[in-house]
Amino acid sequence: MQAENALGRVGLWFGVMLLSIGAIVAAKDSGFAAHATIIGVVAFLLMCFSAARFDPTSNARSFFKMPEGPTRYDDDPVRWGVIATLFWGIAGMLAGVVIALQMAFPQLNIEPYLNFGRLRPLHTSAVIFAFGGNALIATSYYIVQRTCRTQLAFPSLARFVFWGYQLFIVLAATGYLLGITQSKEYAEPEWYVDLWLTVVWLAYLAVFIGTIVRRREPHIYVANWFFLAFIITVAMLHVVNNLAMPVSLLGAKSYSAFAGVQDALTQWWYGHNAVGFFLTAGFLAMMYYFVPKQAERPVYSYRLSIIHFWSLIFLYIWAGPHHLHYTALPDWAQTLGMVFSIMLWMPSWGGMINGLMTLNGAWDKIRTDPIIRMMVMALAFYGMSTFEGPMMSIKAVNSLSHYTDWTIGHVHSGALGWNGLITFACMYYLVPRLWKRERMYSLRMINWHFWLATIGIVFYAASMWVAGIMQGLMWREYGTDGYLLWSFADTVSAMFPMYVMRAVGGLMYLSGALIMTYNVWMTLAGKLREEKSMTETPYDADADRPIPATVPAE
Amino acid sequence: MMANEGSDTKTPATKRIDEPTGTEFVGHEWDGIEELDTPMPRWWLWTFYLTVIWSVVYMVLYPAWPLIEKGTEGVLGWTSRGQLSEEMSLADQARATVRERIAGTPIERIPEDAELLQKAVAGGAAAFKVNCVQCHGSGAAGSQTLGYPNLNDDDWLWGGDIKAIEYTLIHGIRQPGDDATRMSAMPPYEGVFDDAQADAIVDHVLSLSRKARPNAVGAGLYQTNCASCHGVDGTGDRAQGAPNLADAIWLYGDSRGQVRQQILRPRIGMMPKWEGRLDSVTIKMLAAYVHSLGGGEDFVEAANSAVEVDEQP
Repeated sequence: MQAENALGRVGLWFGVMLLSIGAIVAAKDSGFAAHATIIGVVAFLLMCFSAARFDPTSNARSFFKMPEGPTRYDDDPVRWGVIATLFWGIAGMLAGVVIALQMAFPQLNIEPYLNFGRLRPLHTSAVIFAFGGNALIATSYYIVQRTCRTQLAFPSLARFVFWGYQLFIVLAATGYLLGITQSKEYAEPEWYVDLWLTVVWLAYLAVFIGTIVRRREPHIYVANWFFLAFIITVAMLHVVNNLAMPVSLLGAKSYSAFAGVQDALTQWWYGHNAVGFFLTAGFLAMMYYFVPKQAERPVYSYRLSIIHFWSLIFLYIWAGPHHLHYTALPDWAQTLGMVFSIMLWMPSWGGMINGLMTLNGAWDKIRTDPIIRMMVMALAFYGMSTFEGPMMSIKAVNSLSHYTDWTIGHVHSGALGWNGLITFACMYYLVPRLWKRERMYSLRMINWHFWLATIGIVFYAASMWVAGIMQGLMWREYGTDGYLLWSFADTVSAMFPMYVMRAVGGLMYLSGALIMTYNVWMTLAGKLREEKSMTETPYDADADRPIPATVPAE
Repeated sequence: MMANEGSDTKTPATKRIDEPTGTEFVGHEWDGIEELDTPMPRWWLWTFYLTVIWSVVYMVLYPAWPLIEKGTEGVLGWTSRGQLSEEMSLADQARATVRERIAGTPIERIPEDAELLQKAVAGGAAAFKVNCVQCHGSGAAGSQTLGYPNLNDDDWLWGGDIKAIEYTLIHGIRQPGDDATRMSAMPPYEGVFDDAQADAIVDHVLSLSRKARPNAVGAGLYQTNCASCHGVDGTGDRAQGAPNLADAIWLYGDSRGQVRQQILRPRIGMMPKWEGRLDSVTIKMLAAYVHSLGGGEDFVEAANSAVEVDEQP
């Protein structure tokens, strides 16, 4: 049996390799050929690997290691996910710093592979889908097992999801550098990569639902509602927005099924809900597990979690048209996009309230626990950007902010402040537990990371607010003669100092992430840094007494 | 703890209170996480209701719901197109008298009215920022590398009075499909001159502006090959757009290499015609603006009509 299985697997990978060689030979464009090469190399490695695995006794040590037994949680994919999160996080943030510098110093555009146009989707996809996506997959695997008190359903499928997702990331990222794009923001990969992600994502959905179905708890925890909403909605968004007809089955190029304003609306229905369900619902799920765990406090309000979950899910999906104010989109659709965004304000804040107020009775931990501090700052930025978002969706505000760098500032206060900080905090929680260490190598380094990240975000957001509002005001400024005062190039040169400050902020944020990488590395290496405890608060025994009721002086 | 028991049927016996907050637990527990039965904050709930009410009112006032033929129009009758055309017509009205006056004034007469000229220059500056900076630069200084003329200096290939500038704007330079466009071509001399001859002629051309010593061979070659367009003394001929070689201003650069390249393998630029893309008043304002940049020449009736005759093919 073993031998037959192994032979069958070798044969399968050999077949995939032959197919990709065929695709390389017959490819209509070099980008598609490069991607077929990547797939061929992966198939070849898996073929060698399957052949090497012929020895059945090596199964236990193998790459696709199965859970140790029914008494333990299945945490291998979580461990890989944590490492992948760190790796892609550094890659994506580095790309971000590079393109920030390219905005300030255009000479840094290296043609053709490393120009702004190709690095920008690399940055966004790497931080959202590679860094954020791996964090979501890893934490969802961790949380769903623990809150359902069961192991992952379909362990091999769960592993396929992890590795399949990494292949998707590699194909997407190399595609951008080679110039393969369908030019849909946050959905740039071409049709065949989209199909692959669909397969991976449906497998993810199967693993997640399967695990919930076999739960040993009577109820489903709120974090799992959010994860489920995230996985199902992203599947729907991804499939609909990427409906396209390839020009050739052996070429990268395809044409969208939608045209004109329908295409734009579909794209922003997708784009806004990628924010809503990937970056909000998914990360709220992380928050709902790790904040109560780290604070060792019960969740603030069960009722609030129900109402804010359902109102968030129902309202978010309609808010996309606010990205197309004052365009060819019909007025009625713009109105709906705006009012649904306004109504979204309180449902979004419900998550912030529930997170922050969970600290009721443990507020002192903000002073003593750098991980809690990070979580609180993440929730604060979450609250700020979910207020800023509805405000910017108001047409009068949008007519100033649209197309300016204010939008970039808004996105980054959410992405760096909320998604980044909450992910870092969760990683700091997970690493010692997953690798069975007493604690992180250094808590003081977490503190350093916290401050570098926070000050970096302040630099970033503040400079982009100034740049964006200035840009918007310059675009609309009329002289007394009734003519516009500034050309586009005038606004670009006026924003130069802000662009430099933004790059500085990004660099600080990246440095914080590098400190985290070192900290995690040393923790994995089994080291503990000798340092002063973070929880030490000064104690003066002499002062610690009541004022005696002495006789008044006279 | 007793978390799972009595999670659904709360009897006073199973009620537990969270010490620090004094709030009752709901009774569920997952991996050590419990939930409190705190009511929703009133300010949160009421703000949520308020946003919903505000949204309903907004949807009544403005276009909001798609119907079969078109969407609801809203009580206010507002449309984004309507708002745009209203704002545009307000702006147009504010400029209308000035535009009418410019439209009714021949281009060469505009400088006579200082106030009108000032308004024309302001309008031209705005139009320049949108339509012209891409080639001529935001300071109108052009680019020697790319071969776009500097509009600030005193050197004009086709004439620098306000009417000649307007003509260039209207018809462009080497604009295919426009019979009245400004047309000239510097022929390539590669293969005609050998290396030594090319060097000699470069020497002569540069000597006209005292950048090289005079070269007799070059001067001879110049008279036979170049003087018919650029003139015996090298001062050029605006009637056919032949540049002045005797001044310090160079379209494609003044190094030996650049001059040599321009003789052997000349680069030739083009400027699009703006007639049909911009209205005639905007073109007049652009002419006034470019004329005001520093190199504008006075309009002379006779000289201009002579140029006009020459330009017609």
